[in-house]
Amino acid sequence: MEKVFSHPKSLRNVSTHYCAGCGHGIAHRLIAEIVDELGIRERVIGVAPVGCAVIAYDYWDFDCSEAAHGRALAVATGIKRVRPQNIVFTYQGDGDLAAIGTNETIHAANRGENVTVIFINNAVYGMTGGQMAPTTLLGQKTTTTPLGREIKLHGYPLKISEMLALLPAVKYIERVSLHSPPEIIKAKEAIKLAFQNQIDNIGFSLVEILSPCPTYWDMPPKKALDWIKEVMMKEFPIGRIK
Amino acid sequence: MSKKILMTGNEAIAEGAIQAGCRFYAGYPITPQNELPAYMAKRMPEVEGVFIQAESELGAINMVFGASAAGARAMTSSSSPGMSLKQEGISYIAGAELPAVIVNVMRGGPGLGNIWPAQSDYFQATRSGGHGDYHSIVLAPSCVQEAYELMFLAFDLADKYRTPAIILGDGMLGQMMEPIRLSAEHRTPNTEHRKKWTLTGCKGRSPNIVKSFYMVEGDLEKFNLTLQRKYKTIQQKEERFESLFLDDARIILVAYGSMARIAKSVVNNLRKKGKKVGLVRPITLWPFPQKAFTYNLSPKTYYLVIEMSYGQMLEDVKLTINGKAKVEFLGRAGGGIPTEEDIMNKIKRISV
Amino acid sequence: MAKIIIDREKCKGCLLCVSFCPKGLISVDKDLNRRGVKPVKFSPRPVLRSPQGEGGSFSKGGCLGCAMCAIICPDCCIEVYK
Repeated sequence: MEKVFSHPKSLRNVSTHYCAGCGHGIAHRLIAEIVDELGIRERVIGVAPVGCAVIAYDYWDFDCSEAAHGRALAVATGIKRVRPQNIVFTYQGDGDLAAIGTNETIHAANRGENVTVIFINNAVYGMTGGQMAPTTLLGQKTTTTPLGREIKLHGYPLKISEMLALLPAVKYIERVSLHSPPEIIKAKEAIKLAFQNQIDNIGFSLVEILSPCPTYWDMPPKKALDWIKEVMMKEFPIGRIK
Repeated sequence: MSKKILMTGNEAIAEGAIQAGCRFYAGYPITPQNELPAYMAKRMPEVEGVFIQAESELGAINMVFGASAAGARAMTSSSSPGMSLKQEGISYIAGAELPAVIVNVMRGGPGLGNIWPAQSDYFQATRSGGHGDYHSIVLAPSCVQEAYELMFLAFDLADKYRTPAIILGDGMLGQMMEPIRLSAEHRTPNTEHRKKWTLTGCKGRSPNIVKSFYMVEGDLEKFNLTLQRKYKTIQQKEERFESLFLDDARIILVAYGSMARIAKSVVNNLRKKGKKVGLVRPITLWPFPQKAFTYNLSPKTYYLVIEMSYGQMLEDVKLTINGKAKVEFLGRAGGGIPTEEDIMNKIKRISV
Repeated sequence: MAKIIIDREKCKGCLLCVSFCPKGLISVDKDLNRRGVKPVKFSPRPVLRSPQGEGGSFSKGGCLGCAMCAIICPDCCIEVYK
């Protein structure tokens, strides 16, 4: 009997601090699988965010840097410009990438930095305890929108991927989802392309991943996946954006 | 001997950085330091370095974080309001133990203030300007030649101690032109082979992590103690100052940067008239040069602190002298600069 | 016949694998792991009777080695052998 699925080399064999059913673990694994498959473990440099994935570098088994909240793409810019031969990616949540770091995100994209961005959209701030994110859906209850997000008070869910797609220097943007095994396989293909683009010097590539947060959506894990499919994807349709 | 060339302080700082091996600059426009990034924009491509006009001060300092993590000698520059924005990044740089050089060409504050020279960011530079218990090494040049030369020291110390080093200048120093002699000295830009902790990809070694985050109970305290030991070493080894006539001086002027030039001129004039005055000019503001304050400590000696602020370095002088001599203060800020006449009048009042 | 091996100590009990196994071969263990949750366990023969998950009713037979469980597992607890 042959082992057909196991732990990727670039993922340390440790337990994560993530809640049961959290999508971060899947996204981490996909990145590690791709790093292995592309044979880039010895030249990849990851930039971890502030948020639930703050210690992603404890899980990946390759060089990584932290970044201050929202500044991952500024840090990645510094690394990539100094070491263009390395493969540099950021891993950022919705608050990090699309609220506190919007400026760094838009300008790194507009400069066409040849980096790969993995953007985890789970429509909520997890690390700080379930506050409204820029991507929180209308009507979604969070600790800071106890009655649900309202247009009048909080504006609309921010579609940063669609915004970034307007920039000429942005080469590839796709939104994917982790709500089922087939979608996870598609997500992996998208992430792989985003890394391959960097290897081929094509330029700024971003994959937005709709990812479950059962804890702060207040749902069992399977229901959280169903919620992505039935509710979240209506606001954030998956597929290639650019 | 090489010939002298005429440069502004801002340009001299930039050229000094290049000669010191700096190959990464990111910055955001702000007066009165704009000649510095303009010079870098022209000069960096000539030495195969990187120049980025960042989207903000936050962007710039975090690019420096990344560049330094990747092994480059990296710097940014700004002026007071921009320095406030950079504090987040400086704290992270100190916490991740990265070397970096940050230039502050100070202007008047608080708030948007104005664009005239000031020394009102002394506290911000010498106390941890951002969050957490950390220090940056702070160097204060007082002429264009020194501004050029201190860049070598700034990068060397930053690398040696893996810590941010701040060049604390002001609008006067940044804007003035003086003839300077360029050094024949060069530093090699590629220092990564000496920095085992840099992010280069984990080929042939276990992965490197650049971080300032310690969640396991006790780890952060341990790390802080390591930092404190490092700061103690810096305090013991890296104090620098210039002094004049301390042996017999009864009134010792204390000033740094541009302000020290005016103070020095007063001291030299009064010495010609036989007055027993002296000068202490701190070159390192952190570590504060305590050794400079060991002369003639008696209740009859006056230390006259002169600043383009309302008394910031004054506190360090008082802490150092600790009541063993009299401490007086003369300061103006917000564009006002204590003149030779102001200083003479103050000395007259003290000596009466 | 394929099989899976579950790292029961790493399992956080999210039960996503249970939902996505097309054969109903994964169920909840009755004993707690060191983490304090009841992890999932694999049985070569179907143990679940009522249809769950996306696939509707279970098809007959043992493990296909399709790796749906491993792909959906957020904690990388499952190895698949075929």
